Amino acid sequence: MNTKLSNDEIRIVTPDVKWKDITRGGTISEAANARLFKTGDWRSMKPVWLQEKCKQCLLCYPVCPDTSVLVNEEGMMTGFDYDHCKGCGVCAKVCPFKAIDFVEESK
Amino acid sequence: MAIRERLSGNEAIATAMKQINPDVVAAFPITPSTEVPQYFSTFVADGAVDTEFVAVESEHSALSACVGASAAGGRTMTATSANGLALMWEVLYIASSLRLPIILACVNRTLSGPLNIHNDHSDSMGARDSGWIQIYSENNQEAYDNMLMASRIAEHPDVLLPVMVCQDGFITSHAIENIDLVEDSKVKDFVGEYVPDMYLLNKENPIAVGPLDHFTHCFEHKRQQAEAMKIAKKVILQVSEEFSRLTGRNYSLFEEYMTQDAEVVTVVLNSTAGTAKYVVDQLRAQGKKVGLIKPRVFRPFPVDELATALSRFKAVAVMDKAESFNAAGGPLYTDITSALYSKGVFGPKLVNYIYGLGGRDVKADDIEFVYNQLLEITGTGKVDSVFNYLGVRE
Repeated sequence: MNTKLSNDEIRIVTPDVKWKDITRGGTISEAANARLFKTGDWRSMKPVWLQEKCKQCLLCYPVCPDTSVLVNEEGMMTGFDYDHCKGCGVCAKVCPFKAIDFVEESK
Repeated sequence: MAIRERLSGNEAIATAMKQINPDVVAAFPITPSTEVPQYFSTFVADGAVDTEFVAVESEHSALSACVGASAAGGRTMTATSANGLALMWEVLYIASSLRLPIILACVNRTLSGPLNIHNDHSDSMGARDSGWIQIYSENNQEAYDNMLMASRIAEHPDVLLPVMVCQDGFITSHAIENIDLVEDSKVKDFVGEYVPDMYLLNKENPIAVGPLDHFTHCFEHKRQQAEAMKIAKKVILQVSEEFSRLTGRNYSLFEEYMTQDAEVVTVVLNSTAGTAKYVVDQLRAQGKKVGLIKPRVFRPFPVDELATALSRFKAVAVMDKAESFNAAGGPLYTDITSALYSKGVFGPKLVNYIYGLGGRDVKADDIEFVYNQLLEITGTGKVDSVFNYLGVRE
């Protein structure tokens, strides 16, 4: 994850930024800031990780279109980034061990 | 020592560009501005500049190439006229809203149709709300001087807006006049290096230019752009002051000619101001208290300064070399009346004259007629006709 952005720069892409603080002409002044744009609220269905069934095969990781399958430094799957997961369900579909449930967001 | 030369208006612009030596020039030829890229391309071919000259297939492409080059971090220039400017239209707005300090030499020509290649201001007046700074030039010297100042104004960190330097097609673009050129080294020092803070070719800090800007942020960007235009007024004065120290030639937002005790004035842009000055001299010799206001900076519009200046006169004729087709006066007239009303100036009687459309010659007699009308208004206190056409066959 990019940790270069300061708090000031993060403020620039928030919905409540004022005209004096926004970047000039809409220029995106720093690369790798997509993480600042939260897309989790687009979701109507969500994946749920069932740790006891997971064999750590990691087939879910490469199919996620949004790098929302969290993998730690030891290379182990640890759950989902619900701030950015849009609920497409591809991970649940691809899992050979039924270790990912795909349920309605409200449940 | 300044260099004495005799150059046409187009040569003067091309010479200024040569001395500035921009990174990129992209242009498509159109009369009467054709000679600007033509002369400039010979400078490129002769190795007098190290500019990348992009010969494009249209004006839309010319300004698009300028937008790309400017976003990449280059000092960028182009030239055009009339329908060429019209073909640049959507890109004009993109250049200004992306805050790219592109310089455009606009050699004013009527916007067809009916098909006509001669001078009036319908091209640049149509672009008056496109977010470009607009500077008008009475003669070749002014076109050259304004071009030298344009980069400094456009690239100022508090401005970062594109600048259009306008002059009258054929009348000044093709007429050869005596001119004082600034030495190359002094131009180089005055204009300086362009050092953008954010640009696409900076691999240390990659950026994205021109992304989708929704209702969540677009308004804030427009507000910011409007502020830059406001600040531009101060920057233009600062740069003009510095230019005056360099050359002894004084420029402001507008020029006042014989206005000190004047009762009536005309307000007129570009080369016709030269004719009007001659008429003012003639009428002054007859003891008539007449003067002239020649706006130099039309965008940003100097609302406060013009309202204050015009408040001293009894009658004012605003001369427009463009028809707005709004049934309510030309573009300069509506901006001036709006300025006066906004500032609570109700003293002077105002009339509008649309003149010189499609290159119709404007003679000293025509201007004298306008001054006599103004003097009659001051005598009777009555305005019979606010909106008038000068020089059309009735």
